[in-house]
Amino acid sequence: MTAPVLADALGPRARRKVLVASVVAGVVVAGLVVVALQRLADKGQLEWERWEPLTDWDVLKFLLGGLGETLKAAGAGMALAMVLGTALALLRLSRAAVVRAAAIVWMEFFRGVPLLLLIFFSFFALPKYGVEITPFRALVLALALYNGAMLGEIFRAGILSLDRGQSEAAYAVGLTYWQAMFLVIIPQAARRMIPAIVSQLITLLKDTSLGFVITYEELLRRSRSTGEFFKNPLQATAFVALIYIVVNFALSRVARWLEVRQRRRLGAGAITVAGVEDLAAVSVVAGAAIDDESAS
Amino acid sequence: MDVVFDNLDVFFAGLRTTVSLTLLSYTAALVIGIVVAACRVSPVPPLRFAGAFYVETVRNTPLTVLFVLFFFGLTKVDIKYSAFITAVIVLGGYTGAFVGETVRSGINTVSRGQAEAARSLGLTFPQVLGIVVLPQALRTVVAPLGSLFVALIKNSSIAALIAVPELVYRTDSLSNDTARPIPIFLGAAIAYLLLTIPSGFAIRAIERRTAIKR
Repeated sequence: MTAPVLADALGPRARRKVLVASVVAGVVVAGLVVVALQRLADKGQLEWERWEPLTDWDVLKFLLGGLGETLKAAGAGMALAMVLGTALALLRLSRAAVVRAAAIVWMEFFRGVPLLLLIFFSFFALPKYGVEITPFRALVLALALYNGAMLGEIFRAGILSLDRGQSEAAYAVGLTYWQAMFLVIIPQAARRMIPAIVSQLITLLKDTSLGFVITYEELLRRSRSTGEFFKNPLQATAFVALIYIVVNFALSRVARWLEVRQRRRLGAGAITVAGVEDLAAVSVVAGAAIDDESAS
Repeated sequence: MDVVFDNLDVFFAGLRTTVSLTLLSYTAALVIGIVVAACRVSPVPPLRFAGAFYVETVRNTPLTVLFVLFFFGLTKVDIKYSAFITAVIVLGGYTGAFVGETVRSGINTVSRGQAEAARSLGLTFPQVLGIVVLPQALRTVVAPLGSLFVALIKNSSIAALIAVPELVYRTDSLSNDTARPIPIFLGAAIAYLLLTIPSGFAIRAIERRTAIKR
């Protein structure tokens, strides 16, 4: 990973050139950092009194409580989305054309609509029709609908990625459609989909921050209150951004670890199903791997 | 559905803003992404580090947090732009990190022989990358770049939080004004589907035309 793909071992002249370029680039990057810090210092944003509240245990407890709410919404949303996604994938692969069509319409609808629209709808519109809904439930409902459709697509791809021989063999030993699905196909497909599911979870976790618009007391909303109370919105938001980065970075490492482990266990040509947004990049690699296999 | 047809002009105005927001920030994202990818594969360590730092920070921060940071935080150091320009910068910067990752993985799929052949002809690193490797890399990542475009159409709705009058923002105020939320929201959903579904078809068509036949 660290070795550049486009250059092999450098000769003396190239090494000198790279050294010069490194120094120039290093100076430019350092210069930008200095300018930014200077700007922050000029406006008094680096003064300790603006950062100090963030070291106060009560403030930290308040913010970590927000993180707890964020994780709660993400967990509930993910659990519901998994159930919905499984159901949608199965319906989409159903042998009845009407059922298939209905699943396609449902999935295309919820995949093509912004999450924020769903959140606004469930929080502001539903109450007008007599449905009482808390911010938490509105957020979880919207997250589940949106990500359920996304996961449905991932699950479908996972199930279809399995060799036909698997289901044929299952039918040959006398299993019914549902037995074959749950005993043979889904357990194998699920393993391929784990990296994609984790990456969808990261997207979902980031999306819970939209809950702040509908007054759900999650991390971002609490950082806004902190920023307003201590008059340090820049510092409070930057701090919370750091928390998100740490959590998501850890999760993405888990996703990568799972994927590498998968490849090692099932051989280099192991197919993994890529996620929709975050793993868009990886899908190219996986796709190339599949092409290579069919070519050879 | 009468409320929808009575307010078609509002929907179209919102749709126009959403489309221009998406197109401008996607252009910015492509430029940022290609520069970041070039930095990450370059033999110059500080550039590789800066590129990796940018991608890992921006990608792991929620878009909403970036909007808040930019719109409420950076105004404290007198970095102020109109809401629309702020939205273009934030959306472009965010999507740019994903484009960078995608383009980089595309570069990795171009076989080594291509770069080796280019080098043996005496091309310099920028030439190897710009003339030989990138054109091939971009053709292999048309599909993921396309799904980033569709994601951007939907993500542009978050600009509603800083009062950019795009589709979701106008939908929300229209639903308040008319007190008929269901038809209004359904209308907005259909308007989005009119953008996202044809985009999907267009991407598939472009993908077919640009695919490298091996």
